[in-house]
Amino acid sequence: MLKTFPKGGIHPEENKITSSKAIKRMPVPKVVYVPIAQHIGIPAEIIVDRKDKVEIGQVIAKSGGFVSSNIHSPVAGTVTKLDMIVDTSGYKKQCIVIRTDQKNESNFEIPDFPLKKEISMDQKNILQQITDCGIVGLGGATFPSHVKLDLKNDNHVDCLIINGVECEPYLTADHRLMLEKADEIIVGIQILMHALHINEAIIGIENNKKDAIKVLKQAAKSDKRIKVAALQVKYPQGSEKQLITAIVQREVPIGGLPMDVGVIVHNVGTIFAIYQAVQYDQPLIERVVTVTGKKIENASNFWVRIGTPIKDLVEEVGGLPEGTRKIVNGGPMMGKAIKNTDVPVTKGTSGILVISEDEASRQDPKNCIRCGQCVFVCPMGLEPHLLMNLSEKGMYEKAAYEDIMTCIECGSCSYVCPSHRPLLDYIRFGKSIVKKINTTKN
Amino acid sequence: MADPIIISASPHIHAARTSEKVMYDVLYALIPAFLVSIYVFGIRALVLTSVAVISCIVFEYLIQKYLLKTESTITDGSALITGILLAFNLPSNLPIWMIIVGALIAIGVAKLSFGGLGYNIFNPALVGRVFLLVCFPVQMTSWPTAVENNWSLVDAVTGETTLGIIKEGLMYGETMSTISEKIPSTMELLLGITSGSVGEMSALALLLGGIFLIVRKVITWHIPATIIVTMAVVTGVFWLVNPEQYANPLIHILSGGAILGAFYMATDLVTSPMTKKGMVIFAIGIAIITVVIRLFGAYPEGISFAILIMNAFVPLINKYFKPRRFGNQIKSKIV
Repeated sequence: MLKTFPKGGIHPEENKITSSKAIKRMPVPKVVYVPIAQHIGIPAEIIVDRKDKVEIGQVIAKSGGFVSSNIHSPVAGTVTKLDMIVDTSGYKKQCIVIRTDQKNESNFEIPDFPLKKEISMDQKNILQQITDCGIVGLGGATFPSHVKLDLKNDNHVDCLIINGVECEPYLTADHRLMLEKADEIIVGIQILMHALHINEAIIGIENNKKDAIKVLKQAAKSDKRIKVAALQVKYPQGSEKQLITAIVQREVPIGGLPMDVGVIVHNVGTIFAIYQAVQYDQPLIERVVTVTGKKIENASNFWVRIGTPIKDLVEEVGGLPEGTRKIVNGGPMMGKAIKNTDVPVTKGTSGILVISEDEASRQDPKNCIRCGQCVFVCPMGLEPHLLMNLSEKGMYEKAAYEDIMTCIECGSCSYVCPSHRPLLDYIRFGKSIVKKINTTKN
Repeated sequence: MADPIIISASPHIHAARTSEKVMYDVLYALIPAFLVSIYVFGIRALVLTSVAVISCIVFEYLIQKYLLKTESTITDGSALITGILLAFNLPSNLPIWMIIVGALIAIGVAKLSFGGLGYNIFNPALVGRVFLLVCFPVQMTSWPTAVENNWSLVDAVTGETTLGIIKEGLMYGETMSTISEKIPSTMELLLGITSGSVGEMSALALLLGGIFLIVRKVITWHIPATIIVTMAVVTGVFWLVNPEQYANPLIHILSGGAILGAFYMATDLVTSPMTKKGMVIFAIGIAIITVVIRLFGAYPEGISFAILIMNAFVPLINKYFKPRRFGNQIKSKIV
């Protein structure tokens, strides 16, 4: 019996159309739009000005605090504007517009980094390098990685978990990366183990990626400290808390962090970025993006420079198909619907999903029939129907008492509801109010 | 682009399971039991069920249109299910007008006056049945005997149910060993060749539909399994203590409305608890109340009362038996 998390979960259709498509390199775009808030926390501070010439990988916005991250120029070129553009959140955010220098050869060299196994840096420098290179969690949450690695609070961490679950339907970016960069990922894990003095690392992969499990097991053979755990296919296993219970059967307490149970979790994409940062001083300026959809002609996976407009990607796969009604940045369960394709790819963009007419609209909500499905599928042991009612009626204190803040917004409740009730919409709303109440209280 | 791009919050996909589909699964699950009752009671079963279904739907339509002035919900299948379940709980020779009264109480009082689908506290079909049982006890407890009066519409020979025979026999001082000669065999109970309400005939057919519901994930095993096991345990204890005074657990489970109640009535989504822990508590309550009524009460059968009584406790059960919150009790091995 394969491991999985014990409570709740759903099995949406996988639709991993692009799992056999090797990662292609997107051509460097003519113009990049680099938002300064690509991570959770304080936005970075712009340190370039209009008309400045920038080199590839040069810091263009500096980390604005501890929970923040540097942002580097993804191309060599000229800063044309400091503008406000709509990003994936749907709000206008500050961003640096850079025109690519078509004559600068560094833009078009395909970076070729042969596997480098020897780790020469010491612990302190590794952590500094991760901070400097602007590494954030590439699984989608974009939490600055150096914050997770800062263990000064005397936390005893004994296990590093690598998240290769990719439980979102459609997305295959992590899957392809594991297949194509298995050795580099293993070195990346060794770097972190070295830096944090951890002697055990477990890579969690769902069993629908048998090839990746095989490849990584092979790659990890030489290092007995690194194990690969095949997991049952169940959404939302890629959620940090669920993954930890699935692999080491430890439960992160309410309001706590993985560190509290002696675990650190990093996504495979992040590990690869750390490998490149430490071994080749390569800042985070590109990532793997799955561009997919049932009607997309040439759905595939791409290496994409940060700041590339999504329309360039859509163009690359054959344009928006007839009847497109929704474009999602991310997977279908947790991704954000975007208004148009001018939005740029950021550090958190794991996929672009194009949804057509038949699946784009929601059905009208009906009365709750109290079937309890939402309760059964909630991985956090919450009662979504109750939380929705409390939020709807403005009973926020009661909602807080019913642990509304522990909701991970995985969307399983809304997914199963036979009455199509917008459970998560109301819970999100309730959470935002409860958060406000809590901040004013303190 | 002709149509605008839709912006909505995640999730962007849905299980494509609707309340209607859930209702129709229940409908399919009731087909085997319905076929058995047509075989046993002939055209009467068909007439009774059609009258109950049509009156439920018509009452729902009329009340929503003229009294409540709300949107009609007759297409969601719930009134249809209520009609069928009501019919399944009635004797097949009940006068037509009584069926209509039962349907009015079920839909008008038990369902719509509480706010319609999802808001009712009590199982509508059972409220209808219990109302009729209290108002018309004679008609509600004279069941036509099985098979012999197949396909005739005239008033037939009536007989008593298995539980009725046992209750009466024991009251007049008979012992189980003499009574057991008068009641149907276990096999007959399983197949449904016996007297009783329309749908409670064949335990086997009902089990078949019940398993279908569990496989289709309309219901979980918690309520039916707990009811049956608890009933078996409680009646088993009495039977072991005095087998001459108490019927054996198998008779209790296979006769009367136990299986119908456990799989179809107690599991009604709206009126049962929403957590698995709660469901088990709810089911234990039903089983114990049923057995108490059967063994010590005035009525030979009590599962309808038991379910209605426990229905009233559901809000309380939901409040006190919550799922365990993730991360609430830390049982993990922290190093």
